[in-house]
Amino acid sequence: MNEDLFKKLNEKISAKFPDVIEASDLAYDFPSFTIKKDNIHDVLEFLKNDEELNFHFLTDLTGFQTADEKQLGVIYHLHNMPKNYRVRIRTYFDINKPEIPTATDIWPGANWMERETFDFYGVRFKGHPKLKRILNVDEMDIFPMRKEYPLEDQTRDDKDDKMFGR
Amino acid sequence: MNKKENIIPESEETIEKEYSILNLGPTHPATHGIFQNILKMDGEIIHEAEPTVGYIHRAFEKLAERRPYNQITPITDRLNYCSSPINNMGWHMTVEKLIGCTVPKRVDYMRVIIMELARIADHLVCNSVIGVDTGAMTGFLYIFQWREKIYDIYESICGARLTTNIGRIGGFEREWSKTTWDQIHNFVKEYPKALKEFSNLLERNKIFMDRTVNCGPISAKMALEYSFTGPNLRAAGVDYDVRVATPYSSYQDFDFIIPIGQSGDTYDRFMVRQEEMWQSLKIIEQAIKNMPKDQPFHADLPEFYLPPKEEVYNNMEALIYHFKIVMGETEVPKGEVYHCVEGGNGELGFYLVSDGGRTPYRLHFRRPCFIYYQAYSEMVKGIMLSDAIITMSSMNVIAGELDA
Repeated sequence: MNEDLFKKLNEKISAKFPDVIEASDLAYDFPSFTIKKDNIHDVLEFLKNDEELNFHFLTDLTGFQTADEKQLGVIYHLHNMPKNYRVRIRTYFDINKPEIPTATDIWPGANWMERETFDFYGVRFKGHPKLKRILNVDEMDIFPMRKEYPLEDQTRDDKDDKMFGR
Repeated sequence: MNKKENIIPESEETIEKEYSILNLGPTHPATHGIFQNILKMDGEIIHEAEPTVGYIHRAFEKLAERRPYNQITPITDRLNYCSSPINNMGWHMTVEKLIGCTVPKRVDYMRVIIMELARIADHLVCNSVIGVDTGAMTGFLYIFQWREKIYDIYESICGARLTTNIGRIGGFEREWSKTTWDQIHNFVKEYPKALKEFSNLLERNKIFMDRTVNCGPISAKMALEYSFTGPNLRAAGVDYDVRVATPYSSYQDFDFIIPIGQSGDTYDRFMVRQEEMWQSLKIIEQAIKNMPKDQPFHADLPEFYLPPKEEVYNNMEALIYHFKIVMGETEVPKGEVYHCVEGGNGELGFYLVSDGGRTPYRLHFRRPCFIYYQAYSEMVKGIMLSDAIITMSSMNVIAGELDA
């Protein structure tokens, strides 16, 4: 169903920015692109301002950690309401240097979503107007959604969990 | 109501003339939930608002990374607890999308009935509470018993009233009884009278209109920039509804309209919700009328769907599946899906990444409340405190969904 959109996006992005697409797929009929971290802001701006694509609506922005625990990612879901186009843009970067440009200048609604991502994954959005914790207490010094912090207290020995749970 | 010119500029703040700081919340009866707003006030007029959220944060996304798929449904109950069945159904449909299962038409229609009942319950709470916040208690007292009737319907289907955990991945837990159907028929027959009465009390009420018209407006452009969805976006004049844009659960079979407002003020938000209740009733009537007969109430999905107890005792296969489901050892394909449903407050999205393990690798809830509440401080700038209260209640900010 979305093959045309996928092709069009592929062409348009690679015509405007050569070699920024690291990977792309159409799994579950949802066009997804992995974009190089350095170009993410330009690509998002292009997707919003391009007249035909017109991804004027930021549906969702969230963080992600890759399985090797060495990289963090930010996942954007964009939407063009009149044509009902949806696209997923991912970008990955080193966990020790989690810095990417903010999207608040493109969509003001990214503000709290970026604060949430910072709160849980520690991604620093450069240029964000007020990057501080939002759901967790300000005094917290870890980023709890990272995989290095397991859900339950690992020092407990009264519970044998080796058969269950991750 | 916009009186920005009356505000003292910061540079002119002197010993005789200064701002006062007011804490609205964390627990204030008028906020209907636990969240705080630190208001910088010039008399009655709000100069600046600083919202603080997270008071009931329960780490659902982290919890979900440790729970098998069927155990995540109770978590979704607690997002928007005014319309939990919509959240439950949204989650079931996300998992069904991931494992590539299609459910019978009958399940779709049953889900539609339940989701629309939940939407009525959600809008009913919101609208009657706008009445209470403007000083009209009567409408609230009359209409609220109808939420009880909806809860009775939930109860006869799944046994719970508020946090429903209704349905299963692939369908429903059991066939609806005759009592359930009687209750639904009765509701569809009697509720229009009550809703009409409620409309008569508020819709053209002079005092109510004076309080709500042009109170806390938001333009369509700003609403889109702030990623508004649901009734709040439609009140601003954008006809976006997930049920129509990306139909799920056979919504394409139903005939209904998307009501929209014009100015995005409190009155428009109230009216959009009011009209949506009528449309939901229309959808339920169609679903009852066109309900497919002779179809099962769940998909043939033994790996996710608990078999009946007598089969577990007498049939080896059923016992194996029972064991696998209870121990959470069901195999799930690897994949990344995004599924969204039209919740009570807007587009409720589930971003699910599975690595083939027993639990999701990453699950993110796109919670409409959390996203549109950030525009609140912008919306209340320069308006009176009492208007800020009804702006908040008309936005229908649900603490559970806000904080996840």
